[in-house]
Parts: sequence; structure tokens; C-alpha cells
Amino acid sequence: MFENSEFSRLEVRNLDFYYNGVQILNQININADNGDFIGIIGANGSGKTTLLKVISRVLKPKVGCVFVDGKNINEMKSREIAKNIGVVPQNISINFDFSVEDIVLMGRTPYVKNQETIEDIAVAREAMRQTNTYHLKDRLITEISGGEMQRVIIARALAQKPGILLLDEPTSHLDLKYQIEILELLKGLSKKLIVIAVIHDLNLAAHYCDKIILLKKGEILSNGTPQEVLTHNNIKHAFDISVEIITNPLTNSLFVLPILEKT
Amino acid sequence: MNRRKRFVIIALVILLVLTIIITTAIGSTSIPPDIVSKILLSKFLSIEKTWTAGQEVIVKDIRLPRVLLGALVGAALGTAGCAMQGLLKNPMADPYIIGISSGAAVGASLAFVLLLPVQIVSFVFAAISIFVVYNISKVGGKVPVDTLLLSGIAVGSLLAAITSLIIYTAGVPHQIIFWLMGGLWTADWEKVKISAVMVIFGVLMIYKQGWNLNVVLLGEEQASYLGIDIEHVKRYVLLFAALITAAAVSVSGIIGFVGLIIPHIMRILTGPDHRILLPASALAGAIFLVSTDTLARAIMEPAELPVGIITALFGAPFFIYLLRKRRKSSYV
Repeated sequence: MFENSEFSRLEVRNLDFYYNGVQILNQININADNGDFIGIIGANGSGKTTLLKVISRVLKPKVGCVFVDGKNINEMKSREIAKNIGVVPQNISINFDFSVEDIVLMGRTPYVKNQETIEDIAVAREAMRQTNTYHLKDRLITEISGGEMQRVIIARALAQKPGILLLDEPTSHLDLKYQIEILELLKGLSKKLIVIAVIHDLNLAAHYCDKIILLKKGEILSNGTPQEVLTHNNIKHAFDISVEIITNPLTNSLFVLPILEKT
Repeated sequence: MNRRKRFVIIALVILLVLTIIITTAIGSTSIPPDIVSKILLSKFLSIEKTWTAGQEVIVKDIRLPRVLLGALVGAALGTAGCAMQGLLKNPMADPYIIGISSGAAVGASLAFVLLLPVQIVSFVFAAISIFVVYNISKVGGKVPVDTLLLSGIAVGSLLAAITSLIIYTAGVPHQIIFWLMGGLWTADWEKVKISAVMVIFGVLMIYKQGWNLNVVLLGEEQASYLGIDIEHVKRYVLLFAALITAAAVSVSGIIGFVGLIIPHIMRILTGPDHRILLPASALAGAIFLVSTDTLARAIMEPAELPVGIITALFGAPFFIYLLRKRRKSSYV
């Protein structure tokens, strides 16, 4: 039911973004296809969240364009964008007594006219099964845990049936078990969608992402496989810390180890 | 929509019909409710005439227009209050919060002094005030909610000062002050017809935004990720909330409390889904205002109190009781 049979493609072309006259993003170019799981990393204030907001057109750039399946999103209606791009924002809190199912159904907003159909309910339930939240469907959104909430919001984004899923720090403030659970889920979803996530933990990014984009002060410092991006020099440059890069003997992924001074 | 919620709506509809029949029966000449029902039904069915001509005149020409006008005003205030609380995500919002009532008050005061038709002038002034507030708040094509609230309060204070000035210098302060307290004593069929058109149309238009208002509760950022054109929803809801509020205020003066508290009480009963909450608030607003207006005209017969006094006098303690009983919902 979920497979967006169409082939999705995202292209960000020569994008600049200014906020109150200050340049936040500078000459960003990204290409992504179905099946890509892209991690965006970078220091605080490097423009990661802004980049996601520009891709989803919550912020509109003066220079450069975002294309979804070859179509400029500036020429798309809000509903059409929401059918193509699902967003899981940072630090969600919902203070109203909606049930989990109500919240996931809201993902059908670009498709409904005030009243959901049986098909909308079926799509929402399928999204809940995919994210392992179906058993929560009658619980109130105000009464579930942080890890459950994150999965519910991912379910809501999936109910939009997007070709592109954007997530802003989906694992921050979750405990390790939930972090792994969310990333495993995203890894699975990325087989059929373009998944782009801002991730703080470099090691988790190295393990799960196919490609990594490293931002520094609004520019792409490096873009490629974890092996290409996560080098001693790049990290020194972007985060201003010295690290040792080793290969995790159990998983064969890279492991970034900060060099701490002995105390 | 689950069964319990549907039940609330059906129960409120039945309660409204009963309220209309019973309150039409109450008054200086008491007419039994069964006679009232027969008189009302005789318009649609052929029923044997067992009532006097006098009773028919009292029911049809005197009481019914007032009861129906009360129902329309109550429904308008309940709906507009519910829509404003949802749109502004502010529990203190009511239909008057962005200056509609203050505008209407200036219009009515002027009309009393200059002997102009009160209903029309107050409606026009209400419309002008919301137009001004909206445009003051507009920054680069967007209308931030906080700015809207603040400019509404600022414009409201300015207009309230003008109203005070008019009252102070007017030769007819009583009329203006009574109007400000809110009442339905000028009800007639013409007013019922005009407000029915505006209120029913406006309420239906707002109802169509129920889903969008639910999504807006999540915050503007999330709503826009879900494909909602937030500025469009704002314009649309403000326009129709203003229409029905102005329609209500222009015939009834400023009746407080209904638009603030009824939506809160309904939210406790039905939860936050606007597709239930809006019709529930409309129905409950109608029931509440018709009942309190009947008290207002019956309590110290043959004189009557402004209904605005009764709504707050009875509504506030009831709301405080609910507030203490259940403090779970995010708003109350």
C-alpha cells in the first residue's frame, strides 16, 4: 500500500538562503534518488535545520531552487508539496487530547476535505503498522513516551505518502534503545523513499547512512559516503575537535573517537 | 467520529428543540408546551385548532422571534468563540478579542446619538474594525497570531475610549449602556431573517475548516508541513467568524461569556476535534443563550434584565465548577 511506485528524485540547485540579511546557506547542491539514506551533520548553527526547512519550502530562498521529480517546488501548491515531502520536525510537543490515530490521520491532510475516507484510515493504519505504533492508536497523544511520539510523528509523515522524508534530529533526546530503533526504521523506509535526516551522533550516522553531507557555516564541506566524509581533517575543520577514526571491528562501520585530553 | 461524540451532537439537537418549545411557553401569559408545539407544527401540518388567536399571536409574533434570535446569536457566538480559540491557540480568545465588539459599540453609540438604524451601523463598524486590525497586523503577507491579538487589544481600547466619550457627551446614555450590556428585547422577525442568513451561512463555512483547524492546533510549522496554507485558513476563518459575530452583536449588543466559555465546556465534553466541537459549540451556545434570555425576561417580570448579566451570573460559577472537576484538557 505504501510503495510510491513512482521514482522519486530530489535536486537542490545553487541554493543560497539569507535570514534578516545574514547568509545562512551558501551554494548548496544536493542530488538524491530513491533508496538514499542521507545524513546531514555539522556543528550547531551550521545551517542543518534551515536546509531542511528550505527543502520543504517552509522557508523560501531568494537564490536557487529545489526540484522534486524535476518540478520546481516554488511552483507547487502547499498540498502538492505535502504529498511529496513528509517532515518530522524537532522537539514535537502536542498539548491537545487527540488520539494517536487522529494525529496520524492528520498526515492525510493534503488528500482530505474535512472528512477522512475509509482509504485514508487504511493508509494511516498501514503507516502505524510500519512504525510499530498501531497498538497505541487509541491512546492519547499527550500520554505516550518520547520514543513512541517520535514514531507516531514518523507514521504521520508516512501517511502523507511522500517520496521524500525529512527528519530533524529524530534521535536527539531519546535513549540509546529508541535511537537504534528509529534509525533501523528509517533504514528500512529508505529502501523505497529518499530519507534525509539531521543526525548529531556521527557514529550512528556512519553506521546507518549511505551518504553524508557535512555542513560548515552554511556550506557543504564534504559530501559522499561515510568513508569519504568522516575523515580526521574534515571533522577537525567542521567541529574544531581532533578525532581518531577507527573501523568498528564488529560492524565494519567507521567509528569516530574524540581525542580527549587525559585528566 | 466515534459514537459517543455523535451522541453528544444528537443530544444537543434534541435539547435545543425542547429548549425552544419550553422557553416559548414561558412568559407573562403562560401557554402550555403542548399548545406551543401544536402552534409551531401547525405551520407545516394541518392540526386541529385547539388554541386561541391570542395564544397564536403571542407564540408566533412575540416569543418565537425572540427565542429564535437568541438561538442564532448564541450559535454565532459559540461558533465564533470556538473558531477563534482554535485559530489563535489561545484559551482566552473569544469572538470579541480582536476588536469586533468595540467597533460595533462605537457604531451603536453613534447610531443612538444620531438616530440612525442601530443594527446596520453597528454591523458596518464591526466589519471596519476587524478590517483595520487585520491590516495593522499584516507583515509581509503574513499575519502573526500574537500581533493580531495585540493589535486587536490596542484597537479595542481605542474604540472603547471613543464609546466612553460618546456616552459621556450623549443625551441618551441609558440606551447605549443597555445596548452594551447585551439583550434581545428588540427581536422581531425581520432581525431573525437577516441574522439567520448570515449566521447559518457563516457557521457552515467555518465548519468546513474543521479539519484544518485541528491541524492548526499542532502549530503553524507542523500545519504547513502537512500541506495547509496557514494564511489562507486564517483569512477564511477570521472572515466568517467576524461575519457571524458582527451579525450577532448588531442585533443583541455585547453579550459576554457565551463565546468564551461554551467552547471550553464543549471541549471538556467532546475533546479537541473541531468537526464535533464547532457544531457542539453552536448548539450549546444556542441552548445557553435561549435559556438565560428566558430567565432575563422572566426573573423580575414585568421588567427584564439585560441577558449579558445573566449569562455571566450563571455561567461563571458553572464553569468554575467544571474547571475544578476536571483539569486535564490543555486549555482548561
